Amino acid sequence: DTSLAEVNSFSPSMPISPSSMINQYKFEDEPELRDLFITVDDPESHITAIETFITYRVVTKTSRGEFDSSEYEVRRRYQDFLWLKSKLEEAHPTLIIPPLPEKFIMKGMVERFSDEFIETRRKALHKFLNRIADHPTLTFNEDFKIFLTAQAWELSSHKKQGPSLLSRMGQTVRAVASSVRGGVKNRPEMFTEINDYMETFSQKINVLDKIAHRIYKEEKEYLNEMKEYGPIHTLWSASEEDIADCLKGVASCIDKCCKATEKRMAGLSENLLPILHEYVLYSEILMGVLKRRDQIQGELDSRVDALANKKTEKDLFSEEIGKLEDKVECANNALKADWDRWKQNMQCDMRSTFINVAENNLRYYEECLATWESFLASQTVDLHVEEDSEDRP
Amino acid sequence: MEDCLAKKMEITVSEAEKRTGRNAVNMQETYTAYLIETRAVESQSEGQCAPVDSLWRRYSEFELLRNYLSVTYPHIVVPPLPEKRADFVWHKLSADNMDPDFVERRRIGLENFLLRVASHPVLCQDKIFYSFLTQESGWKEMVNETGFQLKADSRLKALNATFRVKNPDKRFTELKHYSDELQSVISHLLRVRARVADRLYGVYKVHGNYGRVFSEWSAIEKEMGDGLQSAGHHMDVYAASIDDILEEEEHYADQLKEYLFYAEALRAVCRKHELMQYDLEMAAQDLTSKKQQCEELATGTVRTFSLKGMTSKLFGQETPEQREAKIKVLEEQIQEGEEQLKSKNLEGRDFVKSAWADIERFKEQKNHDLKEALISYAVMQISMCKKGIQVWTNAKECFSKM
Repeated sequence: DTSLAEVNSFSPSMPISPSSMINQYKFEDEPELRDLFITVDDPESHITAIETFITYRVVTKTSRGEFDSSEYEVRRRYQDFLWLKSKLEEAHPTLIIPPLPEKFIMKGMVERFSDEFIETRRKALHKFLNRIADHPTLTFNEDFKIFLTAQAWELSSHKKQGPSLLSRMGQTVRAVASSVRGGVKNRPEMFTEINDYMETFSQKINVLDKIAHRIYKEEKEYLNEMKEYGPIHTLWSASEEDIADCLKGVASCIDKCCKATEKRMAGLSENLLPILHEYVLYSEILMGVLKRRDQIQGELDSRVDALANKKTEKDLFSEEIGKLEDKVECANNALKADWDRWKQNMQCDMRSTFINVAENNLRYYEECLATWESFLASQTVDLHVEEDSEDRP
Repeated sequence: MEDCLAKKMEITVSEAEKRTGRNAVNMQETYTAYLIETRAVESQSEGQCAPVDSLWRRYSEFELLRNYLSVTYPHIVVPPLPEKRADFVWHKLSADNMDPDFVERRRIGLENFLLRVASHPVLCQDKIFYSFLTQESGWKEMVNETGFQLKADSRLKALNATFRVKNPDKRFTELKHYSDELQSVISHLLRVRARVADRLYGVYKVHGNYGRVFSEWSAIEKEMGDGLQSAGHHMDVYAASIDDILEEEEHYADQLKEYLFYAEALRAVCRKHELMQYDLEMAAQDLTSKKQQCEELATGTVRTFSLKGMTSKLFGQETPEQREAKIKVLEEQIQEGEEQLKSKNLEGRDFVKSAWADIERFKEQKNHDLKEALISYAVMQISMCKKGIQVWTNAKECFSKM
């Protein structure tokens, strides 16, 4: 299949086949070295005195030595995923942590806990975990391992350890602090460029998201009208004789086109809409990562400024400054590498998603074309038959 | 086919022009005038081009012509005029009578009307119709002089007949039901088609937004830029393609509309039959009652209760001379009545015969035209699909280069 993107060693891409969920994300480097396989499925409802919530089954298969077993099956709820994400952000402030589906959908069209909502969330959670598994650094994160392997009670007790409240507040504190410290004036040019890029990208991806939803909505309305349109021809055929078959034929064509439209809509909602939504979330995440890098830079800058006047004590603080400088360099390098990786993946995702959209539309038009052409053929055959029978004495 | 006018003469409604003038109450009005061009066909075969005659007519004159034809030939399914006001519009189409697209479609509709009349074996021979095509001034007066308006049946009379007729021809009753069903189903179809067109327009046009965003996005991309930009261009092409597609579909809608209005013409023939039948039944009833009255007077027996009979019983009977006079009057009336009934019966039978012949002709025409229209609809859908395949194939190629 020559339409697939070229496979290269840097970022090979797998075709998106609707049947296989495993293939819905990109492999890093050499796919043969993949040693961690995760699936999220089987949503189940739990009702307690206080609340109702859904858990999902998370199955992990691995050949890694660090894992005691080669297979794990655990149940996790949305809260647990939120916990994992915040731990990863805490541990790697300048890495791009994949997006989680939102807590609520405010669009009002989908109810909380409706089948559609649960399925959309399940798919997004599956992607979330797999993207972490694909990430060269995050895949070895300890909290990630615990998330995948610990039984429910083990996870609860682990969550309670460590700098809980403070670390959860850390984000907010640093966010407030950054507005005081800035960290922008010594920002390397590269990150300013990335920032500018992300501002525009964020704008465009949001608009694309809206456009895609609008298209879905218009197609749905079109489908509704078409569903009424076809049967009128059948109704008409009941009062006709000569043209009854022709009318029924048109009705049947319209009906088949309706089914093709439904397929086209399903394609949109399974592919384009989720991907665009993820990248809307990604653009927020990226702005956050850039801010955190600026904060780290800001810490260094303000310390340097504060000590600029104290000439005599410079030696005492050189170690502290050194540590901060290392921190900044690490953060910058991590972000740079992750940014390059993210950009590559984004390009891949966009390319394959839009190719899929095009293929979707092609399939739709080809199906409709075949339907109408076969109807037309049947009608002209009839005409010839009529003409022949008229010639006979 | 018989030698009809359409074969001898080329008829076109070639232009439409906006005019202003003063109407019947001397107020200024704007209207559209249509240019009718005619040219004799025969001389063309000799290698010469006959000169073109032309004159201007406005819609109200077409209406006058059609009214005249409907009244003068009540047994004929008279071709309908295109709609007076834009109906079944979807949002992009204007409901304004002065809108150029509406005027253009009406021009085509009027030409179609003239061609229908000119190819009808009976209608094409009408002198008023011929003058409509060839005589600009004085035509209106000519039509009015025929006094056709006096022959027109009142709506009330027709409605009355519909409810009270006892023995209409079964075939006409069936035809009446058919024309009602045809009217109802075609108007439903046209309404939904307009909504479908609206929605389809929406789907295509929203894709046009892709073009703009892709273009803006491509500005910040290095490798993806070209692919995005050119894909965006194809999305613009896709969005623009719907305009032509839907314009073509309007012609299909107009073809269906013609038969929507034809249903009314069919109904009119049925109504005429009901009226004539009712008239006949009333005349027969009247005759029967007169004969009865005569018999009673002659034999002196009162079979039916009548006020006259009662008063004569109470106040004394009439003189034999008075009675004789009455009987004579009645006998004369009965004679007249029988003659009238005979001619009405004849009229009725003639009407049914000629009406039915035209209805058969109409049925064949309708089946042929509607089948053609449905096939042309399929052809349009095929063309739309092919355009879609073209655009998305191109777009896919651009996306692959991203």
